[in-house]
Amino acid sequence: MDKAAIIGVGMTKIEANKQRETFADMAWEAVNKALADAGMTIDDIDNVITTSSDFWDGRTISCMAVADASGAADKNTSCVEGDGTFGAFYGYTRALSGSYKTTLVTGHSKGSQCVSSLITNSSFDPIYERGLGMDMITACAMQANAYMDRTGLKPEDMAMVSVKNHGNALKNPVAQLPMKISVDDVMKSEMIADPLRKLDCSPVSDGCCAVIIAHESVATKFKQQPVWIRGLSFCTDHFFFGDRDLARSKSLAEAAKNAYSMAGIKDPKKEIDVVELYDAFTYQELLWLEEMGLAEYGKAADLLKAGHFNMDGPLPVNPSGGLLAGHPVIAAGLYRIAEVVMQLRGDAGAHQVKKAKTGLAHGVNGLCGQSHCVWILDKER
Amino acid sequence: MAEKEQLIIESGDASQPFAYAVGMHGSKFFTETRDNKRFMGLKCPKCGKVYIPPRGVCGQCFVEMNDWVEVGPKGVIGTFTILRFAFIDPETGHQKPVPYGYGFIKLDGADTLLQHYIALEDESKVKVGARVEPVFAKDRKGSTRDVEYFRVID
Amino acid sequence: MAKRVAIVGTGQTFHKSHRPDVNGQELINEAVQRALVDANLKMKDISAILIGNMDHFEGINYVDCWSVDGSGGVMKPVIKLTTGGTTGASLAIGGYHMVASGMFEKVLIIGWEKNSESDTTGAITTAFDPIWDRQVFAGAISGLAAEAQGYMARFGACDRDAARVSVRDRKHATNNPHAQLRKEVTLEEVLASPMLADPIHLLDVCPRTDGACAVIMANEDVAGKICSVPDWIWATAARHSYTYLGDGDWGRLTSMEKCSKEIWKKTGIKEPRKEIDVIEMYQPYSFAGLIWIEDMGIVGHGEAPQYIWDGNTDMGGELPVNPSGGVIACNPIGATGLIRCAEAAMQVMGKADARQVPDVNFAVSTGFGGCMWTDMLLHGKKKPN
Repeated sequence: MDKAAIIGVGMTKIEANKQRETFADMAWEAVNKALADAGMTIDDIDNVITTSSDFWDGRTISCMAVADASGAADKNTSCVEGDGTFGAFYGYTRALSGSYKTTLVTGHSKGSQCVSSLITNSSFDPIYERGLGMDMITACAMQANAYMDRTGLKPEDMAMVSVKNHGNALKNPVAQLPMKISVDDVMKSEMIADPLRKLDCSPVSDGCCAVIIAHESVATKFKQQPVWIRGLSFCTDHFFFGDRDLARSKSLAEAAKNAYSMAGIKDPKKEIDVVELYDAFTYQELLWLEEMGLAEYGKAADLLKAGHFNMDGPLPVNPSGGLLAGHPVIAAGLYRIAEVVMQLRGDAGAHQVKKAKTGLAHGVNGLCGQSHCVWILDKER
Repeated sequence: MAEKEQLIIESGDASQPFAYAVGMHGSKFFTETRDNKRFMGLKCPKCGKVYIPPRGVCGQCFVEMNDWVEVGPKGVIGTFTILRFAFIDPETGHQKPVPYGYGFIKLDGADTLLQHYIALEDESKVKVGARVEPVFAKDRKGSTRDVEYFRVID
Repeated sequence: MAKRVAIVGTGQTFHKSHRPDVNGQELINEAVQRALVDANLKMKDISAILIGNMDHFEGINYVDCWSVDGSGGVMKPVIKLTTGGTTGASLAIGGYHMVASGMFEKVLIIGWEKNSESDTTGAITTAFDPIWDRQVFAGAISGLAAEAQGYMARFGACDRDAARVSVRDRKHATNNPHAQLRKEVTLEEVLASPMLADPIHLLDVCPRTDGACAVIMANEDVAGKICSVPDWIWATAARHSYTYLGDGDWGRLTSMEKCSKEIWKKTGIKEPRKEIDVIEMYQPYSFAGLIWIEDMGIVGHGEAPQYIWDGNTDMGGELPVNPSGGVIACNPIGATGLIRCAEAAMQVMGKADARQVPDVNFAVSTGFGGCMWTDMLLHGKKKPN
């Protein structure tokens, strides 16, 4: 297989409500930032993938709104529905397909425009589940309980994730919720769905992210230092909760294993230097880390407590603040990729981690992490 | 063994309400229509094309547009149809009254077409190239409904 | 190095207006099982799955996740593509890229729709801009009628010309056991059917359909081992240029013109009318059978009606269009573009039975949707260079 690299990234600030801006306005900002970052013009881009969701956007064929502003007019284009990591995956295969060399990938969402619990309720099976009134938060609360029951962890252990990530966001200019908080603050915040409190949950957000993926033959032709895509995999578990082990995530373990194998990584604990993962809820950061093999099952909280995942620890996790500090659904995974790229280039500014050669970015589709996408990015080819 | 009875589960009145942001360009257009009964388009600084509905970017040239120009209010029918079949209007949940004239109006000075109703006072006069003018609503709130319809003028 | 890619198996449901006997996962599974049987493969052989539909027709969010029990996607990579009516064709193009990249050896591509489960016109109307388009728009038919009016005004065609296209496709459909509408219609019946939106009559347009289609693509290392005559994908193109309906050049499908020019150029096709042996076009209404073959470059502008009347696009003609009966006979929207691709593949593979066009070397399949968008694939019997 040929290789590909990410040669430009652009992010809008993540905000609670970008009322002034349409989807197209957000896309225009993110795309132009990515082009400027790469030192490219739109003419250097030979194909475009947009990532959006008809449900979240409240519109069938949601991609129609952003094509022009993403530079897709008169270019070969398509649309992935789901997390931005999946959109970027398709963009990556296009850059390697022989048909194209430079793929622009965008992902956008405006949670502010919808009632998110109604949107996530429609992710449940219409015949067997939807009538129960489930939504993403109640589903994840069940997963959190299953995880705590299996591992013996307490809500206070999960709350540490919120403290760390909101704290990291203080140094990230695009984060929506930078906050200096304590475990006590998390434990005193409003109970949303037992055991998840308000500060265990990511906020509703608006934002757009763009990345540019280039085939190896052109990856060094532009101004930006390429960040190489070394490993990439995704995997989907069973749909019905009753068919899965909700306290675990088999599909993430599989996706991570395959991504490491493609990247030639033997000991991820030693070889991964920075992680940006999909922490829609506090417990997820711990569970995802464990399933990715970056901590033993049930032990991530101990490492977190010891400072292992802090910005200055041995394995910084979500130095950007993660989803807890801003969660534009669909775009969120693409932000993770962009953040890892910035870290590996040394361009992350105030939230730059010390030593970062190899990074992991992670995105999720579906309820309670049914489907995961894992990227291994590297400074060196 | 296959069950003979085939059940259907209905979603009932389940709906997902949205608050769509009009954005800065559309907001300018609608406030002008509401307050001054005039249509504003955006002109591409590169190709000179005047866009209705106004938007931030000329897709063909990939440049930002900031040059507002007044277009219309009169124009010609770019293309049209007369809707004669009854259907549920997802905007209201009720059956849409038919027949109605559905037109793409090329407002004077604009290069793209604005969709709107065309009055069916005389169906034989509703054709491509016919000249039309807008009939503004008395109570205007800042949406496409501020124009009630376009009518053919001689 | 990028890999060459071929279709090695296809499967379709027997499409019907309403399938209350199955839920969505079960409908999908019917097509998947048939494609696996056609390619003589097992689910374990499949390296990844692409799936798509139009969300609001069934009202299910994250269909890629929900559908795994039907698609076979449990513990496999599953990805969803959605581009409106073009979805099925976009999925085929996506499958091509994913195999060509070298990442996957064999992919399963699924398009499906249960149009009976919702109000189709309502769902299509919500495809358009909530602020600018929705007030007057009336589903696909209003936009298509506007295109037909534009074409008639510019080139002088009439509804009788279009009706001839309906007659052709409905006749072809009698040869296709998977088509929903398998009864011939006459010119008089088309013209006498109720006027929906001037100049479109009821029998000028596609029906609403429940159905699914699955296609298996494989790379050049294994395609020839899986089947004796693989359908090689020579080139793909997609143009989704317009944002608002009023941006279109009404009476011309510029996206079709741009896609076909790109494909002819990439593959060195000089005279498509002579070099292409069969077309499966996503042609949701009869007038498109006139307008779009002009934009494809088969005949010049304004020349389609005569070309059609002369029988050139009928079975046995110079360039048969829609041997399957096409979209006018059957339209499970999210599957429709992929059905075109599967039908074109069957023509190349020699598996089209009663609807087989003899000696197919090159076939074209297209997708249509969104805001006057086109997706297009060129299929060939010979392995591309």
